[in-house]
Amino acid sequence: MRESTIMKIHYGTALAAVALVAVHILMRLTQGFAESLEYENVLANYKLIPYAAMLELILILLSVHGFNGLRVILLELRQGRTYEKAVSYGCLAAMIGLIAYGSNTIIRTNMGMV
Amino acid sequence: MAQVSSIADEKSSTHVSSSKSVLLRISRYNPEHDDSSKFMEFNVSYEKWTTVLEAILEVKKHFDHSVAVRYSCRQATCGSCGMKINGKPKLACFTKISELDSDVVTVEPMNNFPVIRDLAVKFERLFDTHQKVKPYLIRDDTELESDEKEFLQSPKELEQYIQFANCIKCGLCNSACPTMATDSSFVGPQALAQAYRYVADSRDKGKDSRLKIIDESHGIWRCHFAGSCSQVCPKGVDPAMGIQFLRGYLLGFRS
Repeated sequence: MRESTIMKIHYGTALAAVALVAVHILMRLTQGFAESLEYENVLANYKLIPYAAMLELILILLSVHGFNGLRVILLELRQGRTYEKAVSYGCLAAMIGLIAYGSNTIIRTNMGMV
Repeated sequence: MAQVSSIADEKSSTHVSSSKSVLLRISRYNPEHDDSSKFMEFNVSYEKWTTVLEAILEVKKHFDHSVAVRYSCRQATCGSCGMKINGKPKLACFTKISELDSDVVTVEPMNNFPVIRDLAVKFERLFDTHQKVKPYLIRDDTELESDEKEFLQSPKELEQYIQFANCIKCGLCNSACPTMATDSSFVGPQALAQAYRYVADSRDKGKDSRLKIIDESHGIWRCHFAGSCSQVCPKGVDPAMGIQFLRGYLLGFRS
């Protein structure tokens, strides 16, 4: 993938994440912050499909943005063909791993398996 | 006769000198023999108009002829005498000692360049990256094949790139760039500014190939927009602005 395409995704995910995280924080505040973090309320949030979908989206956006950011930092620290390939594929694998783990939590909680 | 007399008066009146002296600290390092650089100090007298290069040449002439320094035109045109002067990348021939406002002048080789000896650095990487961005007009037709002898350009079209054509390849922008310090594969502000210079030229048809060259993992996207390249340019070129314009092309904001 061309670097400009990657960076378009990088900037796009940042903007979308800012908007969705703002909604996420506002929802915490409208419920009463401490109250909204109580176990039962958290589970209830996950069971609401639109909210669970938003959390899933935030997870994907932040993972893509964060791991690409980490890739960029690591590429600037050291150079070399093997190192750069390891960094790129390593970050991609870590991103997929984190999304899979987070999605598993969201889906299982939404289906009442937790 | 009266005119001759007034010229003579003027000559004698401008002869008044206010010579001061400054401590010139020169970084000495020979990679073939030395483990690290050390400073040699010289007391050099200067006038209001004395440049740092002239002071270094004074040291070479009277104190130590082995000081290595690259220079040529002495008028900020050739881009040979770039060095760190009191910690900032500057042209030695374009920096007056009196303007530094300091009793101590420390000269070191530019950052982000391998040292050949003392103040002279290798420019291979600068020239390689410069060549990489194809710093020439790319067209299918040429004035040799065409009936028309000129590629006409309006003043507005010229304004798009003319300041970038002032680059003298002195390397000060690359020396000041924080990304160049850590990323040995980064194209650098000099080459990126030159890429913009040709991309913005209405006579050029090589925009796509040039944008493809800089659109890679160590290309234009590694610029953090610190802006130090533009700060140090002795010719008023603004590489940071050129880089942002190039990003505009790659993000689809400019065509």
